[in-house]
Amino acid sequence: MTEAAINLDESSLKLTDLVSAVGGVDVSYCYQCGKCATGCPVAYEMDLVPTQLIHAIQLGVTDLVYKSKTMWLCAGCLTCTTRCPQEIDIAEALSTIKILMAREGGTPQVPDVLKFNRSFVQNLNWFGRIYELGMVGMLKLRTGKFAQDMAMGMKMLKKDKFHLLPRIRGGSAVHQIFKRVKKQEKP
Amino acid sequence: MKYGYYPGCSLHSTGQEFDKSFKAVCHKLGVELVELEKWVCCGASAVHNLSQLMAIALPMANLALLPEMELEEVVIPCASCFSRFKIAQHSVKTDKKLKRKVVEAIHRDCNDEAKVIHPLTIFSQKPLISQIPTHVERNLSGLKVACYYGCLLTRPPKITEFDVAEYPMTMDNVLRATGVTTVDWPYKTVCCGASFALSKPDIVVNLSHNVIQEAKLAGADAISVACPLCHANLDTRQDDMAKKYGTHPHLPILYFTQLMGLSFGISPAELYLHKHLTDVEKIFEKVGQPA
Ligand code: SF4
Ligand code: SF4
Repeated sequence: MTEAAINLDESSLKLTDLVSAVGGVDVSYCYQCGKCATGCPVAYEMDLVPTQLIHAIQLGVTDLVYKSKTMWLCAGCLTCTTRCPQEIDIAEALSTIKILMAREGGTPQVPDVLKFNRSFVQNLNWFGRIYELGMVGMLKLRTGKFAQDMAMGMKMLKKDKFHLLPRIRGGSAVHQIFKRVKKQEKP
Repeated sequence: MKYGYYPGCSLHSTGQEFDKSFKAVCHKLGVELVELEKWVCCGASAVHNLSQLMAIALPMANLALLPEMELEEVVIPCASCFSRFKIAQHSVKTDKKLKRKVVEAIHRDCNDEAKVIHPLTIFSQKPLISQIPTHVERNLSGLKVACYYGCLLTRPPKITEFDVAEYPMTMDNVLRATGVTTVDWPYKTVCCGASFALSKPDIVVNLSHNVIQEAKLAGADAISVACPLCHANLDTRQDDMAKKYGTHPHLPILYFTQLMGLSFGISPAELYLHKHLTDVEKIFEKVGQPA
């Protein structure tokens, strides 16, 4: 990363406030001890380790935050959240950034993860329960990675691990909940 | 003892072994399960990354089914579902405004008093834990098992109310009651790659390989799990580990309920042992072929 001056003014607090309003997490309590980064199993893949991402949110450098891979690589293991001495729910803060980006149409640096999440939710909205083969198919259409994991998938099919047809149960109930959630989430 | 049972999506498909073996074990121990007929998906990790309200509303919609069936407690074997339910309940309990939004979304009352419990908690409580040895028909003491709790059963302990986060013992205690030998190892709650199973397999292969290597170092003949996601990552990725790291781990990965069932003399077929991708035959070299 190159060095650059970060200008701080009142508007710098905007991102911290947004994360607090949307996700209910106040990152301003973070004193940069580094514990979240130390215990993170995926830190080795991240461009900004969790500690740095939290700092970037505090400083309001939205650009740096949105262009980071970090939240897309978070496995949601909750190690950071459990260990933070300031009781900050770091994992929730990272999810909140993903939610904000999805709302604002931001482009994720790790697109497959957002594609997976969208395929999952689409399936859920249709069937009420996850129909795994349908979801895998949809994910492959969205990512175009047809060969990836084919060998494993065939083995699992042979073992009769998947149901070949979706069982539509509770689909309409979930669909209704989705509609009422969307209505409330309209800004 | 009668509990509402929420299987979740995995236990109805890729995690059928967990569903079958859990039911078989409960039957032996006299634990009665009533499946919540109209259950829907809890949203898992994906929904939570797109909408916080939806992620809270889905578990609460399921909990609203309990009073209709005159049930007060629900047992959830899948650690990932269990975690989503616990987090949802905690969120509506601590945030009145959110609770109102959830009620509006599910068009039902918020059942935040329902008791959400994991099978391991049921089995490890008195008097059930002291009855377990009386059901044992097969000696499994020759088998050394690494109990793998994964992330979401224990973290964060304040919310899951399961066990301590860094070195839990609940699964060890239950398996020891059946006669299985469990090992001391440092990776009990270190992440396997969780929900990246499909979207970032390279991370899964790496993290799951670490878990398997540590179990082997501790002398384990098998890993015991309590989560279909952990199971999928540890069981189905061993071929990929062989490709990436040169040696095939060949380490059997079982659900703790399958081990309990084996010790109770339930047949491997009934416990769906043949469903795993990694061969489990090696464990019978340690404890002898089933009758
Ligand atoms: S563990 Fe908490 S206080 Fe420490 S750096 Fe991470 S977020 Fe900040
Ligand atoms: S929840 Fe995400 S950021 Fe936190 S330790 Fe786990 S993988 Fe890292």
